[in-house]
Amino acid sequence: MKSFKEYIAYPYGLWMLIFIAVPLLVVVWFSFLSNPDFKAGVYTFTLDNYQEFMDPVYLELLYRSFLYAVIATLICFIIAYPLGNLIVSLPGHRQNLMIVLMIIPMWVNFLLRTYAWMVLLSGSGLISQFLGLLGFQDVSLLYTQSAVILGMVYNFFPYMLLPIYTALKKIDPDLLRAATDLGANHFQMFIKIKVPLSLPGIVSGCMMVFMPAVSTFVISNLLGGGKYMLVGNLIEQQFLTLNNWNFGSAISMVLMTIIFLVLGIARLITGKELDTGGQLL
Amino acid sequence: MKKNTEKIIQVKDLVKFYGDKTIIDGINFHIRPNEFLTILGPSGCGKTTLLRMIGGFETPDTGDILFEGKSLLTIPANKRPINTVFQKYALFPHLNVYDNVAFGLKIQKKSKAEIDSLVQEMLRMVNLQGQEQRDVNSLSGGEQQRVAIARALVNHPQVLLLDEPLGALDLKLRKNMQLELKNLQKKTGITFIYVTHDQEEAMTMSDTIIIMNRGRIQQIGSPVDIYNEPRNAFAADFIGESNILDSIMLKDCLVKLQDVEFPCVDKGFGENEAVLTVIRPEDIEILPSGAGFLDGIIESVTFLGMHYEIVMNCKGINWLIHTTREFFADDQISIHVDPNNIHIMKKEQDHEVI
Repeated sequence: MKSFKEYIAYPYGLWMLIFIAVPLLVVVWFSFLSNPDFKAGVYTFTLDNYQEFMDPVYLELLYRSFLYAVIATLICFIIAYPLGNLIVSLPGHRQNLMIVLMIIPMWVNFLLRTYAWMVLLSGSGLISQFLGLLGFQDVSLLYTQSAVILGMVYNFFPYMLLPIYTALKKIDPDLLRAATDLGANHFQMFIKIKVPLSLPGIVSGCMMVFMPAVSTFVISNLLGGGKYMLVGNLIEQQFLTLNNWNFGSAISMVLMTIIFLVLGIARLITGKELDTGGQLL
Repeated sequence: MKKNTEKIIQVKDLVKFYGDKTIIDGINFHIRPNEFLTILGPSGCGKTTLLRMIGGFETPDTGDILFEGKSLLTIPANKRPINTVFQKYALFPHLNVYDNVAFGLKIQKKSKAEIDSLVQEMLRMVNLQGQEQRDVNSLSGGEQQRVAIARALVNHPQVLLLDEPLGALDLKLRKNMQLELKNLQKKTGITFIYVTHDQEEAMTMSDTIIIMNRGRIQQIGSPVDIYNEPRNAFAADFIGESNILDSIMLKDCLVKLQDVEFPCVDKGFGENEAVLTVIRPEDIEILPSGAGFLDGIIESVTFLGMHYEIVMNCKGINWLIHTTREFFADDQISIHVDPNNIHIMKKEQDHEVI
């Protein structure tokens, strides 16, 4: 006799099967095929797609995606951690206000926000005009590496802030008082108590910024002007422009494997489960 | 205990506001070395705030706190020779038992060997030897309590502050911990300042009790003094059980209670002044109907092991009486009170300071 709860889970199981497991298996399957002719029923299994990706041109692209994503993640962290601490120190109603202010940009469509940055960064945009006033003539930030990274930081920042804020908020103020009481100065209290207790939030935040940043193609397209191709662009191109779904699938698999590895490492860093909240893994 | 006139901590005219609310309203007291002092009061009376100011986590608005004659206020919390046992223990959840206890010693940069021997000694003292590697989240409430005490005491503070440390424990454990705390205090010779709302805890452990209400001290004294000679109705009500009755002081040594004149021993009130009379339930003698000051009918009898608790109704007013003799509901009785056991208090109870 199965309980009601188990039956309730079935639709979700079915959903996950149809929309997650099956497409994933299709991608895996495709990545091992070369020029299949489905009508004729000809499938040739091959590792060529993976072999092809080992080309230095593609590897450099992977390296660049990684580098940008890591830089964007670091910048987000450097801004979000002190900000999170600041917000937590505010009285309750102002904390909520600050968090809402941080989230408001997310109410606007991702593409629109990115287009808005194109306008801001362009040669005749506000930022260039402002720099012009300071004596820097004709600075166009659009279509530069910095613009791509800026786009990543701007778009994914809330995903860093929220888990960090949640983790910091859950730290019992008495723990900080206890550390001070036992002789710790501000720095020692911060390093020995605050950082370890907010680590799950930090790791979640980093993952939630890193993962979309490493696979984005919209930001690099719009703000990089196609000059700084990332892995996401390559996959998009294979699927939509070159119609080489097999190679596209193989790249997707490589990217996915790397993301899983990073998640695994993150889990190791977090170590034993801490009930401080804000963790994703 | 030998008489000690030294003052390890002196609190002078301390005042603290939160916004426009007065939390601590001009408090003065001192603590002798090696004393077990309890600050007793209902929740919201300012006792935790007072403790936090001594610990350095709150700053008073006016007044001073002296440690061995020197002001503590300029010294940050982490430099004060004072440690705290927090209300919900505040153990560091990411550290095991050993690292929790060693935290303060590591901050002091003591050698590994020294830290090790001090931690082991302290864990033995609180009966936690062999539990060093345990995760603090897996400990029972009583064990967490011991870790919290060990973590504070291992630094050999001059004064230990305890903020309702037994509040989260069940009754039996609480009783045991009360005795253990008292023993630890004697063994280590450290001055304890203990905050609680539990009068029984205060009575069991303390050398001195400070009763607080609405940010003011109601009475300071030994448990025996406060029990026998409460200064005001609040103190009488808070320590033990009392009958507190509106009455008129006719003249010195004569009070009118429920239209009956009772001889008493208190003097110095105005003639016909409205006062409060406090009588402990165990100080009331039961006599056959008509033989005492007041007659009444027993409303209820509860057997409490050591004694019976009787509620007697006398012209609409309920009297609480403790007796070892057995009576039954609806019995007609009369009560007698020895003049020495009648305590007269001024009426304005809240703003009295000793």
